[in-house]
Amino acid sequence: MTQLALVIDLNTCVGCHACVTSCKEWNTSGEAGPMADKNPYGADPTGNFFNRVQTFEVGVFPQTQTIHFPKSCLHCEEPPCVPVCPTGASYKRPEDGIVLVDYDKCIGCEYCAWACPYGAREFDESKKVMKKCTLCVDRIYDEELPKSLRKPACVLACPASARIFGDIHDPESEASIAINLSNGYQLMPEWGTQAANHYLPRRKVDIKVHEEDLMRSSNPLDEEDRGQRKPTTRVTLDDSTSW
Amino acid sequence: MTATVIEKSEIKSTTCYMCACRCGINVTVEDGEVRYIEGNPNHPINKGVICAKGSSGIMKQYSPARITKPLRRIPGAERGTSAFEEISWEEALDTISKRLEHIRETDPKQFALFTGRDQMQALTGLFAKQFGTPNYAAHGGFCSVNMAAGLIYTIGGSFWEFGGPDLERSKLFIMIGTAEDHHSNPMKAELAQFKRNGGKFIAINPVRTGYAAIADEWVPIKPGTDGALLLAINHEIIKQGLFDRDFLSKYSNSPDLVNVEEDSDTFGMFIRSELAEDKKCVEPENKMWWDRHTDQAVSSHAEGADPRLMGEFELEDGTKVKPSFQLLKERVEKYTPEWAAEITGISADTIRRLAHEMGIVARDETIELPIPWTDAWGNEHESITGNPVSFHAMRGLAAHSNGFQTIRSLGILMSLLGTIDRPGGFRHKAPFPRPIPPCAKPPKSPEDVQPGSPLEGMPLGFPASPEDLFVDDEGGPVRLDKGFSWEYPLSVHGLMHNAITNAWRGDPYPIDTLMLFMANMAWNSSMNTSRVREMLTDKREDGEYKIPFLIVCDAFHSETIAFADIVLPDTTYLERHDAMSMLDRPISEFQGPADSVRVPVVPPKGECRPFQDVIVELGSRLKLPRFMNLDGTRKFKDYKDLVINYETEIGSGIGFLAGWRGKNGEKSLRGEPNPNQWEMYAKNDCVFQYELPKSYQYMRNWNRGYLHWAQDHSMIRHTDPINIHVYSELLQKFRLAAEGKREGRQPPDHLRERVRLHFDPLPFYSEPLETQTIDKDLYPLNAITQRPMAMYHSWDSQNAWLRQIHAHNYLFMSPRVGAEHGFGDGDWIWAESAHGKVRCMCRFSESVEPGTVWTWNAIGKASGSWSLDDKANESKKGFLLNHLISEEIPSGKGQGVYSNSDPITGQAAWYDLRVRVYKAGDDEPKETSPQFDTMKRVPGMEPARGLWQSFAKGLLNSGSKNGSGKE
Repeated sequence: MTQLALVIDLNTCVGCHACVTSCKEWNTSGEAGPMADKNPYGADPTGNFFNRVQTFEVGVFPQTQTIHFPKSCLHCEEPPCVPVCPTGASYKRPEDGIVLVDYDKCIGCEYCAWACPYGAREFDESKKVMKKCTLCVDRIYDEELPKSLRKPACVLACPASARIFGDIHDPESEASIAINLSNGYQLMPEWGTQAANHYLPRRKVDIKVHEEDLMRSSNPLDEEDRGQRKPTTRVTLDDSTSW
Repeated sequence: MTATVIEKSEIKSTTCYMCACRCGINVTVEDGEVRYIEGNPNHPINKGVICAKGSSGIMKQYSPARITKPLRRIPGAERGTSAFEEISWEEALDTISKRLEHIRETDPKQFALFTGRDQMQALTGLFAKQFGTPNYAAHGGFCSVNMAAGLIYTIGGSFWEFGGPDLERSKLFIMIGTAEDHHSNPMKAELAQFKRNGGKFIAINPVRTGYAAIADEWVPIKPGTDGALLLAINHEIIKQGLFDRDFLSKYSNSPDLVNVEEDSDTFGMFIRSELAEDKKCVEPENKMWWDRHTDQAVSSHAEGADPRLMGEFELEDGTKVKPSFQLLKERVEKYTPEWAAEITGISADTIRRLAHEMGIVARDETIELPIPWTDAWGNEHESITGNPVSFHAMRGLAAHSNGFQTIRSLGILMSLLGTIDRPGGFRHKAPFPRPIPPCAKPPKSPEDVQPGSPLEGMPLGFPASPEDLFVDDEGGPVRLDKGFSWEYPLSVHGLMHNAITNAWRGDPYPIDTLMLFMANMAWNSSMNTSRVREMLTDKREDGEYKIPFLIVCDAFHSETIAFADIVLPDTTYLERHDAMSMLDRPISEFQGPADSVRVPVVPPKGECRPFQDVIVELGSRLKLPRFMNLDGTRKFKDYKDLVINYETEIGSGIGFLAGWRGKNGEKSLRGEPNPNQWEMYAKNDCVFQYELPKSYQYMRNWNRGYLHWAQDHSMIRHTDPINIHVYSELLQKFRLAAEGKREGRQPPDHLRERVRLHFDPLPFYSEPLETQTIDKDLYPLNAITQRPMAMYHSWDSQNAWLRQIHAHNYLFMSPRVGAEHGFGDGDWIWAESAHGKVRCMCRFSESVEPGTVWTWNAIGKASGSWSLDDKANESKKGFLLNHLISEEIPSGKGQGVYSNSDPITGQAAWYDLRVRVYKAGDDEPKETSPQFDTMKRVPGMEPARGLWQSFAKGLLNSGSKNGSGKE
């Protein structure tokens, strides 16, 4: 069975928000749109984004990490948002594991938002409808697009190639390989949600300098030194002995 | 899609302009509306990716802040009150051209043209030169001119458009200071790949944000002290013998012998073997080495010679000489890691370790590419070698008054490591490398400005000696901004940041007309913003404004619009033709030259007209020579036509665009104009790329094949090798002039010491000028800005999506600062400098060096500007640090003021700012200060938008529940 998902590489994500606005741009005019903005040119503007980057710090100066953490619906294999929906508007597709909302059935009760432990749901206050990431379901199967472009907008946009899209149930997929080789993890596994989206942790590279590295025979200082010596003005044995 | 709705959908390629990165984009247009903007996978810059700004271009296109009609300040209304009336384009152009015609015929200096980050300096520079005014520059003076000049005057190239780190092959990459926006997408893509390849990334920055977030090591540093760090690293590299001796001997002036007889008039100058032919802009190759084999002076690069880099020698005539490198070694002896630790806040052990990591990776992880090449002296090499350590830096180093010498130190470090135009190190992009300095020269005297005539010389150029300065007989400035005068001799990008203040004061002279394009000088593009706004409305005794006529061309309702006498509505980037030209700043890659274009994907809104067309129209109406045919008729219909048909000289075959030249588009780089050039670009992703043969892609400063190729394609005049200036004899010429030891031009007496001190042929560290002039105990904190990756300058607060990411800014600081001053996270505080104060909100952060406070650049806005309402966060909570920064500093000699800039290049020193912070009173309003009268909307703008906006395919409030989320 297929489970489509995103694998997000925190080792290269610089928090540029490319995924945030490319998502908005595609989806606001797409099947899942529009995505409303409240007070677009006034105080405290706020609107629907299916994907957001949260930035936080870890540690105390100078041992500080700045973490940029992109987050959207994790398309859980056991999605807590689905059983709580009184109308069946929230559902998980058996064929590819994408969790969707049928806007026509949604009554805007927001139970699903309460049930989601990740805060990934986006309520459209203007239309009283719950919205969320669809993994660009209106792109990824569009046969009018070249195959290379049949990916979620955020994945195509990401300048740091920090977003991998694929079937995590297919062990040969790029997404599965990345999870296996780079220690991909799920968010809050203790909730039993089996989040499909995974994250790859930061990986640190160090350079080890050995003492000997500073004492090479090829050191250019020695090179400079060669032939540099001037005759000494002191008397030497060479001046005063003759046997 | 249903059978009844026929959507006309097409995808058009053009070039993004949401920042200066110039990515290729594909724009889906449906029924005339922009549906989607995505990265163009075929484009060399971004290879299909797109950033937060790029995807939000759609919200710029549909911004309610668009200016759509030419406007005139209502006669009798006060300037600055946004009291405008609509006028026709004809009336606007007629008014402007009549005024300019009079100025040109009487005193062309009275017209000043300053532009922002416009990507069209080839055109605006041409217009200024043809008009005959020297008072022209773009934004470079307050952006990163120190980076451009510091590296070009050292290695013959610079970062970003003209070169950069070869991250594909690098093993160690060091990024110093904020540089997130130059490049944007390519840097992110390359960094990600670099990290996946296992390279180590070190970020040296007071703040851990931006790309520094993913660095393997963050080295916090105090702002403005980068020079001390770099000099100490150079000290350690030399002390440990970790420099690339072979590279320095062959490819830099390290072995060249310098006269060290202090009493000599040629003290500090190179020993030259004989008089060489005068090649105008390249230095003759007649210097001397001390040959180790024969223990005597020989001509530099003499066959078989092995030069000494160290020691002191005596010529046959008794003159004492030292190789340049010896002088560098002596210079950095005092710059120990312990010395730098005190200044930078970085421990001596860390500094030493950084130096060792750089030196050892460069030495031990050498790359060898099996590419044969021939050097400029005729020696054949079987391979290209490289030392895989690379660097990147931009404004963080540049925007300090000691930036030029700091960046010289960086150029020298890169050279010591043997990394210039080699794999894994720094690599050039065409048309660089160019001679040190490049041949273009500014005018030389007031006589070069004549009524009714083009300017003699280039408005901006690269002085090589005091003789190239643009000064009068007394050594005073000729340019309004005092560029190329003794105050800022190497101000190769001008000093736009002083243009308004100087014109207002009438020092060196008042002007009549100031034309600003895409430059928000009444807000974030000026230092001392509140005062500059007053200068724009100040009047003379006779009631006329001190700057009598102000023309502003912008696509949006910026703060500066309010001060205009004439407003010209520009187009957006999706509505016009543009050329990222080889004559300006092309998009070349390491592999060879490349340029690109924009083509309109939608028609202009309202009566918007591209500024380029306005310039061509004015040039034609004013009958400027290069805009006319020989028979006196108009030469160019519009900008599109000019790009096709303009040649640098008649018949030169060199024009704005390098691709598809020749009658049928069969030629590249050189060739006669092609009437279908635009169409051919449009068919080819709007980009032209030329890949050099592999053997011409490296070592270009000294690569005979490349230098000949570059000359054949008119990129450089001379094919002489471009040796690295570890020692800058050029700077020494200015110093000797200041000391009165040199024939020719000398600085006025009050500037002698300033020039003598700063024109040091070897890099040195000095405290930023602001720090030297204020009480450091009173203002204990450094204050700087960083550039958020989702915003570019002031452009994006009108953008409904991007402003949700940064609606207002905070002053970020260590919690220790708050604890010391008794305020908490999120409190309202005052930040005060020696020049002004702002009220703002603080945010505690552990990602900042505790002696530094910082904020995002240009988020704060004036009330009502950019089509934001008067409650918008940008004006209520957001703030501008510029209010705290002075555009001038006291000269300290009773001789008035200097620009708050680097004394060598005139780079605005806006990162030198020092502040103190304290809690705002509980009774104070919870809003930012200063506040300004709410800016009014102007005629032609659409009405303010409502509470909700639901954008879909060009409709701003579309649909009911609309989409289903189903397939």
